[in-house]
Amino acid sequence: MVRFIIRRLLQAVPLFLIISIGLFYLANHLGDPLLSFSGNGARILPEDRLRLTRLMGLDKPVYVQYIIWLVGNDWIKVDTDGDGVPDEFGTRKGILRDDFGNSFTEKRPAMDVISERVKNTLLLMITVEVVVLIFSILIGIYSALHQYSVMDNLITTLSFIGYSMPIFWAAMMLMYIFGLNFKRWGLPYFPLVGMYELDVGPTILQIIWHMVLPVASLSIVSIAGYSRYVRSQMLEVINQDYIRTAYAKGMPVRRVILGHALKNASLPLITIIGMDLPMLLGGAVVTESIFGWPGMGLLFYNAALSADIPVLMGIMVIISILVIVFQIITDITYTFLDPRIRYD
Amino acid sequence: MKNLSPVESPLGLREVETSTKPLTPTQMAFRRFLRHKMAIIGVIFMVAIVLYVTIGASFYTEAQSNRLNLMIMLSPPSPGHWFGTDFVGRDVLARTIYGGQISIIIGILAVVVSTFVGILIGAFSGYYGGIIDNLLMRFTEAMYTVPQLFLLIVLAKFLGGKLPTFIFLGRSFSGSVIIIIGVIGMTSWMYLARIVRSNVLSLKEQDFITAATSIGTKDRFIILGHILPNTIAPIIIAATLQVANSILTEAYISFLGLGVQPPTATWGNMLQEANKYLERAPWLWFFPGMLILLTVLAINFVGDGLRDALDPHSLVDVNKE
Repeated sequence: MVRFIIRRLLQAVPLFLIISIGLFYLANHLGDPLLSFSGNGARILPEDRLRLTRLMGLDKPVYVQYIIWLVGNDWIKVDTDGDGVPDEFGTRKGILRDDFGNSFTEKRPAMDVISERVKNTLLLMITVEVVVLIFSILIGIYSALHQYSVMDNLITTLSFIGYSMPIFWAAMMLMYIFGLNFKRWGLPYFPLVGMYELDVGPTILQIIWHMVLPVASLSIVSIAGYSRYVRSQMLEVINQDYIRTAYAKGMPVRRVILGHALKNASLPLITIIGMDLPMLLGGAVVTESIFGWPGMGLLFYNAALSADIPVLMGIMVIISILVIVFQIITDITYTFLDPRIRYD
Repeated sequence: MKNLSPVESPLGLREVETSTKPLTPTQMAFRRFLRHKMAIIGVIFMVAIVLYVTIGASFYTEAQSNRLNLMIMLSPPSPGHWFGTDFVGRDVLARTIYGGQISIIIGILAVVVSTFVGILIGAFSGYYGGIIDNLLMRFTEAMYTVPQLFLLIVLAKFLGGKLPTFIFLGRSFSGSVIIIIGVIGMTSWMYLARIVRSNVLSLKEQDFITAATSIGTKDRFIILGHILPNTIAPIIIAATLQVANSILTEAYISFLGLGVQPPTATWGNMLQEANKYLERAPWLWFFPGMLILLTVLAINFVGDGLRDALDPHSLVDVNKE
């Protein structure tokens, strides 16, 4: 197992290099990072621009910038005053030593900016994933056990609709009905944007209350897809001999379904979750922007607009690492659920 | 079941002899497709939407869809403007017609791009194997690792504004249409590449390929003439479903303001503008969103029907009627 994990991690190294080189190149051509540097839109004088460009290391060719980003420049002398003569050692340590550089817009370590947001995104995403799993497994099992019944057909149709809905449109509908109209009708209504009311502060209750609509709109789309998947997997499993055997020896239905059928049907489901989780972390750009949820997706979007290279690259690194880690976790979970699978 | 008469063959095996001509695989698939109720509903929806954006265009000119009239801005649906008017008084119905054309064209052309790239990379990778396969598959994996929307944002920003407005068929299009088609196409070929690759891998070991190789058939012809026709079913299914995804993707990226730029309307950028009028003018976002939903739903229904029809596992009970 340890050897397997090490091998997978080693395989991930070239993968990481490809991704980071490609994105670094793109990130460096997103526009003028200095436009948003001054923050209030003030014009930057030409001499300041020169100095700032040099200070931020943007005057160097992209490949040099990439190397500095990766391994830092504290081991070479750099030219700080622009006279063409290297005078002192650089200050960047490179991402391999946990230095992601300073955010261009916020002028503090990019990792600080990101880690504040990661928590919010994780909170939203883990809730969504739990809600999605519970509902889709229940719905999936139900429709598999009642195949081609009226209810099953209804669920199938609904899940097709849910699956075909643009998330932001679902979000707008929910906001319109449960946010605006409920308020108008004097019913308890859900807040539209943000994580908490500014005058109340980030209490747990406030955050839960603000999470309802984003979680609902993200879940609708995912539940639709997942429950179809659970259904088809369950249908495949419940016709197997060992399920018939379990019934024949008088095992209670609940235990057959949950203990035998679901366990075996969940194997492919795990792959999907393992692939989806890190994607969810970044994929909620649209939801986060419509609900003003201060998460990583929104941060990425803003960083892309203002060409904030350190933040942009920092998020990409985190997501790539998460994807790779989740893949490994997925593979390991497999061995627990299906003892036939061995990696060594 | 007509004219079926089981006869004993000399080997003692039961054979079924039919007096009618046997169905070709295409006919069998077509029959299965026709029996798929949802797929038929999907086709009807699709035809209706295509009629909506084509026939509808004869009632409104594109100039009408872009004509500003501040006197009637944000007026709710009425007999004169069935879908109401937007914040500068443009007719929402006319805009959904012309916007729909662009959204659908983007969906289809993006899939042409992604299918082409996917087949190319998948076929090369599977057929040649070795180092080419390794490099291409690492690249595919890398593309998979980054969330598609992230890639889209970066690419759309990277390429944004690089193409000028152009005239095509007497209409002027924002250059961003081409960029969005390219960007969606370039970020959604990975799934297809993997399917094609695995199909090529299993096909190239089969005897008919060995035979073709042994009589000196060129690689290019083996791939195009022998391997790809045998892997067409998954390609068609994936491409169909991908059209639905591309229309959604266009909506997402336009919603973020990085998609097709005004004055060219799409369902996606209509929604982006409407976001600010969530409460004041729900008709602004309801109709374009509904049209996206219906279109994507129709395509998904058809894709599902195609999957059932083209799946070789469902070859049983072809003649059951």
